[in-house]
Amino acid sequence: MSRHVVAAAREIAPGERKLVNVRGRPIAIFNLGGEFHGMLNRCPHQGGPMCEGKITGLVTAPEPGKYEWGSAGEIVRCPWHGWEFNIRTGQSYCEPERFKTRTYPVEVADGADIAEGPYVAERIPVSVEEQYLVVDL
Amino acid sequence: MNVQVRETPLVQATSKIAIADGDIHPARFKASEFDPWLDQKWRDRIALFGTRQRQPWQTGPAYPKGQPNASRRDAVPPEGGKQGSSLAFMQQQHLDPNNVALGILNPLGSGQGIQDVDLSVALCHATNEWQIAKWTGQDKRLKASVVVAYEDPIASAAEIRRYADNPDFVQVLLLSRTSEPLGSRKYWPIYEAAAEVGMPVGIHAFGYGGNPMTPAGFPSYYIEEMVGHSQAQQSLLASLVVEGVFARFPTLKMVMIEGGSAWAPALMWRLDAAWKRLKAETPHLTRLPSDYIRDHIWWTTQPMEEPEPRSHLADAIGWTGWDKFIFATDYPHWDYDDPATSLPLKISEAQRHDYFIGNAKRVYRGV
Repeated sequence: MSRHVVAAAREIAPGERKLVNVRGRPIAIFNLGGEFHGMLNRCPHQGGPMCEGKITGLVTAPEPGKYEWGSAGEIVRCPWHGWEFNIRTGQSYCEPERFKTRTYPVEVADGADIAEGPYVAERIPVSVEEQYLVVDL
Repeated sequence: MNVQVRETPLVQATSKIAIADGDIHPARFKASEFDPWLDQKWRDRIALFGTRQRQPWQTGPAYPKGQPNASRRDAVPPEGGKQGSSLAFMQQQHLDPNNVALGILNPLGSGQGIQDVDLSVALCHATNEWQIAKWTGQDKRLKASVVVAYEDPIASAAEIRRYADNPDFVQVLLLSRTSEPLGSRKYWPIYEAAAEVGMPVGIHAFGYGGNPMTPAGFPSYYIEEMVGHSQAQQSLLASLVVEGVFARFPTLKMVMIEGGSAWAPALMWRLDAAWKRLKAETPHLTRLPSDYIRDHIWWTTQPMEEPEPRSHLADAIGWTGWDKFIFATDYPHWDYDDPATSLPLKISEAQRHDYFIGNAKRVYRGV
């Protein structure tokens, strides 16, 4: 396992996402109100690219006719078949007992620390004044 | 901020088997793309009166769709426009990486079945010429469907014969929800022309015939329309068989597109059982209904049934026959089936070949 610098933190604004590639693995990095979360860019259903999915919430109904809206901004829907996943945990809301998409913890690290290593920072110039997103893989 | 969200497609065609795709939906980048083939009188009529569907709503589909334009969110071309409107992006995202050797175009929303029949005829012809100019003339892997104004079967038959000798056209396209059941004699000129030119008749889900989605009226939800396509196709298939279309046109082939397939065995069982007792009602049939269906009907695979356990899928396909399925993705629509993941079964090489391309080559003419 090695530590990979995948992006500068400022590149991904809250509510936005970025596709990165770590050791050949495409990973969608989401900014959830300042928290960063990584998710494999392959839906476990048929492989849709999660990074192009809509970020949304969940509608639930305790009984017919009563609708509740929650988890706003915490859910990503696959751009193909609309499968919904919790961005933090990867849990599927379509078939929670069967499917979970692979998630990757994303750590925010100071440029000054990264400069000391050991990190792999391919193609990402590191400045000591900035913060960076780091994935262990 | 220009942050990358889309993977650069990797062309791995050589590592994948060549496939056919029986259901690709090309779109216009802008409505005026049909103008070169539409007289001014038709353009004026569209501008003044629009193209009205036979449905109670003035505009738009009867039900909302699962994704914008009912299409994959990742299929918007880089230059903008609707999903499916760019040949270059279709090649880059779908045809090349999936090694599509034969792609059947099924243009939707082009004026089939609208209220104004003469305008429908004009729009369908424009759609056919547009398919050559924008698609099949630019990429030889793509083949066109003769889009016909099916509520005017005489004009439809003339349109089919117009492309009799054009190898870019391999199928006649109808929609499933017509104003009368498709076995009605009204539509027979279409079947006569298709049999004559050697093109199968593809029947794609959708259309607005003026009737609700269900025999009991308008259901509430989009999901009911989605599963309702299977019911619509069962009804039209029963109609085709018992009205005697296949008894009258013994060389006619038909392809059921996007209406599911696991219902087919049960429909054949029920038709056979009932027909044995009711032969006197339809004496023009000389064979079991299931015999006509097996000899004349093929099914495209998308949207694939997804039963648990998966072995049920193999059962359902086997009951209908592995030789009866034509792989299809429905690109760029949102319920797209990916060729790499949508058939999660261990099957023989021969079955895989037939399913992904062999059956298609036997059904579409000259491919």
